[in-house]
Amino acid sequence: MTETLTLGKALNVGLRRSLEADDKVLIMGEDVGKLGGVFRITDGLQKDFGEDRVIDTPLAESGIIGTAVGLAIRGYRPVCEIQFDGFVYPAYDQIVSQVAKMTYRSRGKVKMPIVIRIPFGGGIGAVEHHSESPEAYFAHTAGLKVVSCSNPNDAYWMIQQAVASDDPIVFLEPKRRYWEKGEVDTDATAPSFPLHSARVVRPGTDCTVVAYGPMVRTALDAATAVDGERSLEVIDLRSLSPLDLGPVYESVRRTGRLIVVHEAPSNLGMGAEVAARVTEHCFYSLEAPVLRVTGFNTPYPAARVEEEYLPDLDRVLDGVDRTFGW
Amino acid sequence: MAKGDTAPARTRTTRRAKPAPAPEFVQLLTPEGERVDHPSYTVDFTDEDYRGLYRDLVTVRRLDAEATALQRQGELGIWASLLGQEAAQVGSGRALQPQDMVFPTYREHGVLYCRGIDPIMPLSLFRGVDQGAWDPNEFKFNMYTIVIGAQTLHATGYAMGVAKDGKVGGPDGEAVVAYFGDGATSQGDVNEAFVWSSVFNAPIVFFCQNNQYAISEPLERQTRVPLFQRAAGFGFPGIRVDGNDVLAVYAVTRDALDNARQGQGPTLIEAYTYRMGAHTTSDDPTRYRIASEVEAWQAKDPVKRVRAFLEKQKLADDAFFDEVDEAARVQAVHLRERVLDMPNPDPRTLFDHVYSEGSPLLDEEREQFSAYLASFEGSAH
Repeated sequence: MTETLTLGKALNVGLRRSLEADDKVLIMGEDVGKLGGVFRITDGLQKDFGEDRVIDTPLAESGIIGTAVGLAIRGYRPVCEIQFDGFVYPAYDQIVSQVAKMTYRSRGKVKMPIVIRIPFGGGIGAVEHHSESPEAYFAHTAGLKVVSCSNPNDAYWMIQQAVASDDPIVFLEPKRRYWEKGEVDTDATAPSFPLHSARVVRPGTDCTVVAYGPMVRTALDAATAVDGERSLEVIDLRSLSPLDLGPVYESVRRTGRLIVVHEAPSNLGMGAEVAARVTEHCFYSLEAPVLRVTGFNTPYPAARVEEEYLPDLDRVLDGVDRTFGW
Repeated sequence: MAKGDTAPARTRTTRRAKPAPAPEFVQLLTPEGERVDHPSYTVDFTDEDYRGLYRDLVTVRRLDAEATALQRQGELGIWASLLGQEAAQVGSGRALQPQDMVFPTYREHGVLYCRGIDPIMPLSLFRGVDQGAWDPNEFKFNMYTIVIGAQTLHATGYAMGVAKDGKVGGPDGEAVVAYFGDGATSQGDVNEAFVWSSVFNAPIVFFCQNNQYAISEPLERQTRVPLFQRAAGFGFPGIRVDGNDVLAVYAVTRDALDNARQGQGPTLIEAYTYRMGAHTTSDDPTRYRIASEVEAWQAKDPVKRVRAFLEKQKLADDAFFDEVDEAARVQAVHLRERVLDMPNPDPRTLFDHVYSEGSPLLDEEREQFSAYLASFEGSAH
């Protein structure tokens, strides 16, 4: 049976499945218990699984991640919620120096099955520190894996796959898409795709548009807007580390053009990495340089100008025009 | 002020450093080797136990000296000596039950030894052939942690897991001990660990070896109150012990561990000691402390006082002391031989274990690097 769920609810049901599947799974974070999280992603879970498994923590992000490391050494599988993207930095040391390196420095003797859920990105009219896109910091760090879901069905499966993984995963949730609805096959017993796989969400022939998380919807809207005029192929990366660029290479070899779209600033961002690798693998297929459509290289701005800062349908189409005008 | 006026002579209030008062702490054995009583703490040791503690102290000091020598000879990249802190480590290490879990810094070689772990284990880290890899659960001793204070949160999380597993509340309960130094008490992670342990009533002992220095910075740069008093603000007991008195350290630690395993929550122990050597072999303490201070602490040496006690009580004779020295020397030689025998890792292994479940990116890099290395084979290199 498929159900129509919001992305937020799909995550909630996915977390519920994970808690049911393995009693070593814990949920911990600020306000995740009675309140169900500020976005209600953990709504009802403490009521059904108890305070021992769904833990309201002290307000200390480094403490959330640092204690998760110890719980993982003890055999638990903590799913940590960081309330907003801009609040992950107090935990940055524990994530980068401890979580990411524990398996390596133990030569595989210690596993770190920790999921770090972060609602990320802008577009909700928030005050500062509530709209950031920190993915590059984490994707740059060896030992971490980074994924981002873009739709309810992926959200439902990817969160369960992340919890089941023995590697630490930074799980980026597109907060402005939490309320978007989609069909989720909650009866299926297994996902139809591996966690670290990109997906062609809309086939096309003229230009490839790569996005992830909140920008997949934007890229799809752009493709719809120029339908009949230009045929855009939209690819959702889903996994930012490791990248699954096989489908991108295959696409670019057909289209000859690539636009990478993300909210994060362009400078040393995911788009730069994709561009470098596509250039290396598809050099003779490219009709134009790989272009990026991204947030500007400024701090995330005030809410009244965030619509100008964030890539939208028109900015994506402007990028498409530029690649054809090369 | 009109020209020619004389400025009033200002009286300068000089805040002269008063000589630090002798700290109040739990002590059961004076620096002279006199056994003294304490109203709350005691030990119940046999003669053999006393001799065993002396053997531990001598052995860990001798092995430590060997590691320092190995570094001076270029066989270790760096060494963090425990010289002066033997009683703090042996006393607390011997207070542990087999089921207890240790989260060390990078200086707990003496605790590791008392856990019955081969002292060679951490030397791979200091030689640089790996990063100190072992299975924490196999040895009930976590890997060394170099980032200051980070391990206190790991210990807290582990202790929360112990409680979740229902392993507290009886004499067979599991306790966790987190080691750290005086400098670490300034870290956010340590303070967060105090908060978490307190509100979750975690079965943990915070064992602070206050060796008076964080590299060059004296204790006064970290705190204006005695460190053990900080515990009160977090809602659990704090106690200071003579860190150079192996008997007192043992008694206080055993008591705190028992409280933890019985479900009474955390304790902060401040073991008041002194780092007789450098912070590490890369450090030069003559730049920041005076010889007379070191000499004053030499009079409180943790090993000498146990020897004095054994002699006064006629629990050991010269033959015993000679045999202990000789046995420690043999262990040190054996340690040295095995350090020299440690092979360098195959460079291809540097791609291994970044992830438990692998990564296509690393598979690709490993393959490319292997091909690159193979391209040299048979060449003049």
